Amino acid sequence: MEAPQFRRLAESDRPRIRLSIDGRSCEALAGDTLLTALLTNGRRLRSSEFGDEPRAGFCLMGACQDCWVTLEDGTRLRACTTFVAEGMRIVTASAVNDER
Amino acid sequence: MNDRPPIVIGAGPAGSRAAATLVAAGYSPIVLDEAPASGGQIYRRAPSGFTRSYRALYGFDAAKARRLHAAFDGIKGSIDYRPGTLVWDLKHGALHCLSNGRSQEISYRDVILAPGARDRIIPFPGWTLPGIYTLGGAQIALKYQGCAIGTRIVFMGTGPLLYLVAYQYAKAGGAIAAVLDTTPFAAKRRAVPGLLRGGSTFAKGLWYVAALRARGIIVANGIRPVAAEEKDAAVSVLAYRSAAGVERRLACDAIAFGFGLSSETQLADLAEIPFTFDPIQQQFLPEHDISGRTPVRGVYLAGDGSGIAGADAAELAGERAALALLEDHGHEVGKPRVAALERALRQIAEFRVTLEAAFPFPVDIAEEMPDDTILCRCEAVTAGEFRSSAHALEADEINRAKAFSRCGMGRCQGRVCGPAAAAVLAAALNLPPERVGRLRGQPPVKPIPMAVVTVHP
Repeated sequence: MEAPQFRRLAESDRPRIRLSIDGRSCEALAGDTLLTALLTNGRRLRSSEFGDEPRAGFCLMGACQDCWVTLEDGTRLRACTTFVAEGMRIVTASAVNDER
Repeated sequence: MNDRPPIVIGAGPAGSRAAATLVAAGYSPIVLDEAPASGGQIYRRAPSGFTRSYRALYGFDAAKARRLHAAFDGIKGSIDYRPGTLVWDLKHGALHCLSNGRSQEISYRDVILAPGARDRIIPFPGWTLPGIYTLGGAQIALKYQGCAIGTRIVFMGTGPLLYLVAYQYAKAGGAIAAVLDTTPFAAKRRAVPGLLRGGSTFAKGLWYVAALRARGIIVANGIRPVAAEEKDAAVSVLAYRSAAGVERRLACDAIAFGFGLSSETQLADLAEIPFTFDPIQQQFLPEHDISGRTPVRGVYLAGDGSGIAGADAAELAGERAALALLEDHGHEVGKPRVAALERALRQIAEFRVTLEAAFPFPVDIAEEMPDDTILCRCEAVTAGEFRSSAHALEADEINRAKAFSRCGMGRCQGRVCGPAAAAVLAAALNLPPERVGRLRGQPPVKPIPMAVVTVHP
């Protein structure tokens, strides 16, 4: 696994949560945003619609809209303002780009 | 007024104080806030289950944070508080808001807009790479999630937030590669006499810089970003030019940057408040007087959403706007209190002029942006594409340039690229910045699911 983007410095004594990222089983903590859950397990949230380059959020305050992620069932969520929940299944690869 | 309670949008310093002032006068305002808890960005609360102290979270401002939170918690039983609620349209006495996936229309007579601010950024080559965040974003990662944005971080830009966030990271044990300030040392030195009159702000700034240097962290002035470079599709190097003009490369796995703040003005725009260009803040702002009254009856402004003045001013302005609303409904309000609030607000506004001189918006970074730099990260429009559409199609106004290039048309509605795009356009056309105008706000002000919108015939 690649080194994650975020590093926990405090508050790591919280209940563990399991989620799946691109089919891989991963761990996060209760109270993590979806963005934190993804970036403590990797370095990307999604692909830009206008190229294949990965994106990993930017403002973290719900202004830039860069961190919308997709669940396996197609639901779209803004990762910086949504808390992670047990069993969430997230797809960070873009289906559109992968079909090219 | 009681048939339609007053509405406060935003529950940061301005919104919290506005709501508390209305409650003290016997009203039960509706408070709509996008965040899950009150406090705004500056006094943002950690999620439940987090245990760090106020001192750890807010440092010098711990007492202010505690007071503001307590004031809001004290009125929760007296207001119609709706956290997690996005106001996505507002016009002619009706607003539309979205919470828990459901949209609702609320009719209003009086509304206090206190939507706050966001980081003001200028793109540079490579800025969309994973690992690059705003200074505010880096602060949220730490304050709200207990996380550092990387393991070797460069802090870059200008404004009070630069040193504050770097200091907070250093204190929390984050590894800092360098703090790179775009402001030349001479500009800061010239501003010292004015800064000294601004109370503790200057002292705090000096404290942060000294604390960073004491930890052996490089602090450089007068730099310009050159490019962020990638390895394995994420940031690995920041190349920059030193004040002496020497190009340097710093290894890093994260960058936090920003150049001051930009007001959230979409709702004021939809409310049809006229805007004027503020040459000191270098942004278009909705018109209002010191009481928060606007040319649109029943619409009041308070806090950083009406112009950047900081959290202390936001608290004062929130109270003042609520008192203005009460006065306009025939209430007796305490004249000495009104005078004291306005005096304090004027003092802060004067100090703001000094702060802007000490931390000038480095507009040359936008003007000299290389053509292949992505300017609009939503739609991946480069600075060159934006410039050439402006020239070829004679777009001498930013909304026309947006229509031709799609810059500013994406999901963020130009919140991120808008200030820099205006500077790029003005430079390309050799016009002063106020001549190219501002991106108009459009409903919905943020993305909402199609399914929630009720279509009116």
